[in-house]
Amino acid sequence: MNALTAVGEILVLLGTFFYILSSLGLIRMPDVYNRMQTATKSATLGSLGVIIGVGIWALGTDFGSAAWLTKTIVIAVFLLLTNPISAHALIRAAYKSGIPLWEGSVVDRYREHLEAKEKEAGSPKNPDETPIKEGGVE
Amino acid sequence: MGEASKISRYLYTVIVLFLIWLFLTASLDPQELGFGLLLSLIVGAFTYEIFTTNGLANLSPKRIAYAIAYIPYFLWAMIMANLDVAYRVLHPKRPINPGIVECRTVLKSDVGKLSLANSITLTPGTITLDVDGDRYFIHWIDVKDSSVEGASKNITEPFEKFLRVIFG
Repeated sequence: MNALTAVGEILVLLGTFFYILSSLGLIRMPDVYNRMQTATKSATLGSLGVIIGVGIWALGTDFGSAAWLTKTIVIAVFLLLTNPISAHALIRAAYKSGIPLWEGSVVDRYREHLEAKEKEAGSPKNPDETPIKEGGVE
Repeated sequence: MGEASKISRYLYTVIVLFLIWLFLTASLDPQELGFGLLLSLIVGAFTYEIFTTNGLANLSPKRIAYAIAYIPYFLWAMIMANLDVAYRVLHPKRPINPGIVECRTVLKSDVGKLSLANSITLTPGTITLDVDGDRYFIHWIDVKDSSVEGASKNITEPFEKFLRVIFG
């Protein structure tokens, strides 16, 4: 039973390490998009490590039971499914509210795409079509 | 993609809800099982219309096998992603080369596109910015190839071979 405790402790330790990394990334990265990269990935894996680690840790102690592990697995799956969606919503909202990319960025295909779409929506000869198209975009 | 019958969609919703109940209670007491089944039946009746379009077809053995094989593959990619982030954060020169690239996908279903977007967000150096039809706009922390084909080869294709089978 002690092996399970050890595995749980190591997982929690790894998880907290990735938490620290994630907060360090928030300080070191230059703009909101790169910060989102580090924050999302490290915080998700850190949470997974800590949560599953607690479940396994509880298996090895005398007061714990398998109920801990199943509950922590449900929580972990929930986090795994929802965290990237919230990150996507945040980064998209950041782009839509006009926050510029870092000056070292190489390409911005999304700007080209939006401009092409705007041109396409603005050009049609029939004025009745324009509002429908814009409604379809967002 | 054609829709399955209402019965099949309802049953699939009930099965998924009941599995979640099983994990949350972690008990095989007949009373708990009975009440969980009752609750799954009620909640399933309200939600099956928005929950699934394929119904029981989602439970075909081939799809389940691919889904199970996908889990370790995905976890491995996630661990590599975090080591990559660790390298970029801790390296004194901060070796980043960011940009927004465009990718294409071959996936058709909405759930497949959602899971591809989620997988992209959690794997090395990429985060999904927007999805429009079959075009993905992805913020890449280290742009190696800014063309559409090159970016697709690097980012989306490793996952598509699994997700195409799982979600169609």
